[in-house]
Amino acid sequence: MKQEGTLTVREVAEGLGLRVFAAEAASLDRPVLGGYCGDLLSCAMAGARSGQVWVTLQAHRNVVAVATLTDVACVIITEGAQPDPETVQTAERENVALLGSDRGSFAVVAGLIRLGVPA
Amino acid sequence: MSSSPGSVDTRSLLQDSDLTKAQELVYELVVRQVMTTPVVSVQPDQTMHELGEKLRAAGIAGAPVVEQGELIGIVSMNDLINALERGSRDDPVRQWMTIDILTVREDDSVIEAVKAFASRPVGRIPVVSAQGSLVGIVTGGDITRGLVRALDLDHRSDEVSHYRASHIFQDISSHDTSLTLRYTVSPRDFSHSGEASAKVKRALQRLGGRPEAVRRVAVACYEAEMNLVIHTDAGGEVLVEVRPDRVSITTTDAGPGISDIESALEAGFSTAPDWIRDLGFGAGMGLENIRRCSDEFSLRSEVGSGTKLVAVVYLGQGNRLGRAPRS
Repeated sequence: MKQEGTLTVREVAEGLGLRVFAAEAASLDRPVLGGYCGDLLSCAMAGARSGQVWVTLQAHRNVVAVATLTDVACVIITEGAQPDPETVQTAERENVALLGSDRGSFAVVAGLIRLGVPA
Repeated sequence: MSSSPGSVDTRSLLQDSDLTKAQELVYELVVRQVMTTPVVSVQPDQTMHELGEKLRAAGIAGAPVVEQGELIGIVSMNDLINALERGSRDDPVRQWMTIDILTVREDDSVIEAVKAFASRPVGRIPVVSAQGSLVGIVTGGDITRGLVRALDLDHRSDEVSHYRASHIFQDISSHDTSLTLRYTVSPRDFSHSGEASAKVKRALQRLGGRPEAVRRVAVACYEAEMNLVIHTDAGGEVLVEVRPDRVSITTTDAGPGISDIESALEAGFSTAPDWIRDLGFGAGMGLENIRRCSDEFSLRSEVGSGTKLVAVVYLGQGNRLGRAPRS
């Protein structure tokens, strides 16, 4: 699955010291092909592409729905927002890698760029 | 090749009529599931004599030729016999190998391998990854064994049954076959919202839809579903009609209705209250997203009686549902 020079979700999570709320082993091995940042779900629906990392401060269950439909590689929830247990459960069932950071979206995106995720 | 041991009768597998279980499976299985791996390969600078030793030791009748990790040819027992007859046992493999090679991809349906065998009298076909590197080899015998394994119900993997649904449009014939999926959506129920769209997406994947088309349907369906959740008094219904060449999404509700459709269709126009916006909705892009994802779009609404939205996504030529998945 992994292509040369491409970071995996696992490497992103380790590189930025992210909390892992939900993730199957397989979903951690997905390559991260780019990124989308934004908190309006309709905009994420329109803009996020398959295999990208989605950075958002939203933490409710619809984030998982949008992540499933857009087939993003993972979601990073910023500003320390905490998804509720039901959301985590849904993410696990739908195989969505749900990660978290205490930092803001801007800092997380900067970190992703530093790691080498293509802009 | 039809007489060689362990080969499949490719002609019978290619006939459309009288769909047998084996014919069905040949579409469902992917090459990865039947191929032999790891591959015994030779280098171009080895001699034909060394090739003979290698084939004998491995009990095989041919091998791909690999140079610095790259597949550059294929050489068979026939080539070896020809070389020996000419007294050229010390020739390098490079001189006798076939360069013009047929390959299949590991995620191709097995039918692609069957077609390849039917197109040329070859005994084995190298299998390559999406990146083009050699990952396995497939022979008629491999296909037969793979089919026998798959026919054994105890070995039926999830992956196999997963593809089963993709033949519904081939198996059931009428002048206009369609599959109707109906979901009821409750107002303000954010804990179940998006579920209908997720189910529609999964259904289309099982029917063999391509990712790009599935995405368009999923996005349009999600936005339409969320409109019922966010804006209606009593919820509504999502009706998805799947045809081999197009998917129609219809949502109906009983109110409150849209007072100014023209404004509602403008990108960025939103009537959502703050608490809805806090959930990430209310960007005013919902209808715009539906319109952008669909090929036909209509919205009719009357204040007090309700709204009906229809969005149709054409799947396009070569993208029809109900065909075996191809890469």
